[in-house]
Amino acid sequence: MERFAGLLDALVYTRSRNAKLKLVADYLRDTRDPDRGWALAALTEALDFPAVKPSTVRALLMERVDPVLFQLSREYVGDTAETASLLWPDPPAFGTPPTVAEAVDTLTHMTRLNAMVELAGLLDRLDAAGRFALLKMATGAMRIGISARLAKLAFAQAFAVSIDDVEEYWHGQMPPYRALFAWAADGAAPPVAEHVPHFRPFMLAQPFDGMEITMAEFAAEWKWDGIRVQIVHVASEVGGETRLYSRSGDDISKAFPEIVNAMRLPCVLDGELMVRGNHQGGAEGGAASFNALQQRLGRKTVSARMLADYPAFVRLYDMLSNGADDLRPLRWEQRRLALESLVPRLDPARFDISELIPVATLAELAAFRERARDDEIEGVMLKRRDSAYLAGRRAGLWYKWKRDPLLVDCVLMYAQRGSGKRSSFYSDFTFGCWTDDPDRGGELLPVGKAYFGFSDEELKWLDSYVRRHTVNRFGPVRETDRSLVLEIAFDSVHVSKRHKSGVAMRFPRIHRIRTDKPANEADLIATLRSMIRDAPL
Amino acid sequence: MVKDFSWLRAEPHGIYIVPASCWIDPAQPVDSALITHGHADHARGGHGTVMATPATLAIMALRYGDQALARTIEYGERLRLPGGVDATFLPAGHVLGSAQILLEHAGERILVTGDYKRRRDPTCPPFTAVPCDILVTEATFALPVFRHPPVEHEIARLIDARAANPNRCLLLGAYALGKAQRIIAELRLAGYSDPIWLHGALERMCRLYEAFGASLGELRLVSEARKDDLAGQIVLCPPGSLNDRWSRRLPDPLTAMASGWMRVRQRARQRNVELPLIISDHADWDELTGTIDEIDPVETWITHGREDALIRWCALHGRRARALALAGYDDEDD
Ligand SMILES: [Zn+2]
Ligand SMILES: [Zn+2]
Repeated sequence: MERFAGLLDALVYTRSRNAKLKLVADYLRDTRDPDRGWALAALTEALDFPAVKPSTVRALLMERVDPVLFQLSREYVGDTAETASLLWPDPPAFGTPPTVAEAVDTLTHMTRLNAMVELAGLLDRLDAAGRFALLKMATGAMRIGISARLAKLAFAQAFAVSIDDVEEYWHGQMPPYRALFAWAADGAAPPVAEHVPHFRPFMLAQPFDGMEITMAEFAAEWKWDGIRVQIVHVASEVGGETRLYSRSGDDISKAFPEIVNAMRLPCVLDGELMVRGNHQGGAEGGAASFNALQQRLGRKTVSARMLADYPAFVRLYDMLSNGADDLRPLRWEQRRLALESLVPRLDPARFDISELIPVATLAELAAFRERARDDEIEGVMLKRRDSAYLAGRRAGLWYKWKRDPLLVDCVLMYAQRGSGKRSSFYSDFTFGCWTDDPDRGGELLPVGKAYFGFSDEELKWLDSYVRRHTVNRFGPVRETDRSLVLEIAFDSVHVSKRHKSGVAMRFPRIHRIRTDKPANEADLIATLRSMIRDAPL
Repeated sequence: MVKDFSWLRAEPHGIYIVPASCWIDPAQPVDSALITHGHADHARGGHGTVMATPATLAIMALRYGDQALARTIEYGERLRLPGGVDATFLPAGHVLGSAQILLEHAGERILVTGDYKRRRDPTCPPFTAVPCDILVTEATFALPVFRHPPVEHEIARLIDARAANPNRCLLLGAYALGKAQRIIAELRLAGYSDPIWLHGALERMCRLYEAFGASLGELRLVSEARKDDLAGQIVLCPPGSLNDRWSRRLPDPLTAMASGWMRVRQRARQRNVELPLIISDHADWDELTGTIDEIDPVETWITHGREDALIRWCALHGRRARALALAGYDDEDD
């Protein structure tokens, strides 16, 4: 556990991606099974110990620390596990610290009845760094900037194997990944899950910054505003199995039974999951706004009503495999032909194809993209016609070209401390617009909240501004004197019954701090309303 | 007679001794000021009469030029202020020259600690605890998560990191007044005898400390070094220079920072620190609460920092306490 705790701390204090990769790779190479496998699972948040919740940790601490002092500490530190690791009293003498495997074993066998005692027993054998590592592992919220992708890259680097192979073999493997380590470290045969509808890593696009490209080498299509999904169907004697994966590789099949049930052909497809409607792309576009899709996301079960009110479908972009044939090494245009010939065999209620935009020049495409806002489409995609389907974000192959954001001037009203590394900064900002001309008695009503869009420098400035202009405090929230104008960029604005202002923005972010602008010159709520494009909900 | 202590008032810009028309650590220029120590949020320029220890006055002279009317007070010396108020300066153990101020008036005793710590510090005399009715204490690190480890432990981590990275320059951010000199003195106590390199902004304060008797060993300026002189060396700079262009001249710097805030991971991350050292010149939670217990005042007034937590602790332990709303103290600086 000390080595793992040391790794966690080193990762916390390391910014450079390469340095992080090296730290994880060194750890994986120099640590034995099964500790390294469990550690890897912990880093990628692949462990789940149902008996230990953040509330368990809190309850454990409440037995030892005054609740108010705990709460004040928690607010300051910004993280329950870290707060607990710092507040936990050092035992008079440390026993032998548990190994990662022992800790995992103990955590796995904990019940809600004995969790408090068992967890305390482990904590008593560890120093503050070890306690932090244990609690992070137990509650499954590492948040130390190690994505699953980074962990896989580190794994590839540690054993000098190809990252694409790692991605491919990883899926369907369970911690502590003995078969993966045996393959990568000891040259055993790779673990393959042939009859499992396993996930293939997505190919991603880079932002397009308007550089010169030869349009003839690229295909253009709309960038639809839903969530990117992969549909995988494998055939078998008992009728086959379909799974639906999100971009991160999470299995979301249960939330969208109508999609899963509609797929009967053995293949792997890439597309955008959306809800039927006439918001995006007008009547022909046939898709509702992202808000509508949100009604369906994150659900464990789906009611018949949900299925009827928000019917889902997938707009297909690409085809990764056809039966047993892996199409990924083929050129995009070959895969597109395969997809075009497949689509007529699919249920048209659940699957359609993302149409290409017929343009010959970038200038023409720019004009289409401008129109995208009227059609409520996020933007356009550019895909190199000769590009193989490669995992991750590859330079020069696929681009996303989003339409420009909308802008509005708002007044800062409240600020709240952030969490994690921003826990000591006021970094969550609520801003408002005027109900009417402020000189004629208009008031400010909150219209949104932004946590990002600013540089570290600007964050410091905003934090100190908030501290100097506080007029009221409500726990972690400060009310400011409403003197600062913020130019807010956002993607779209919708009618909202939950907000007093009646509007809600999507992806609001702080675009500029307008110290030059007096608060009474900020925008009216009516201005925001005029930017609403969706049909009233 | 009922003690009411109304002769001492907490104003937004400092503590005001009413009968003496005199302030302690005022944030704005005043006619007459008692200064606990030289940190910029406590000692400001532009006052009329300034009363402080010789070292504090020397530090103020270094920073703001000579003060118009400076009056030197030695530790333990009792100073008679107008209106029948006596002020005694006692060591606070915070930085060179730092003092607590014991005020006595009409049979009532109020002790203003200023910033203080109870740990060892080779560069200044230790905190002296004296009995009083009202204890006016700081609360910079008043959360139970703040427990500073022994300074030897942190110095050993610094020396180990240097040994483990012979090709990198160990760049340590430390506040120019107090922290930098304490770390140098602690390194010397730990047997570290190589030259220690300084950012130019630290030099004058180090020389001042030496003039007041600190043994800092061989100090050299980074501006006089060739780049390869600095590999495997310890370089001290003000925290603000850790990530600025100045540090680009150093060979592959390993960034360290010495501060009590380093106990919290995300604070260290904000500073882009690779090696956080938990070394503070302020009392930690145990020192703050232990000092209140030891002095056992009738009431505790809390000046700046995390006063909520200390007030809660006082309530849990049956002690009377209240927060003074003072502005202008910058607790981020340690
Ligand atoms: Zn100070
Ligand atoms: Zn202070």
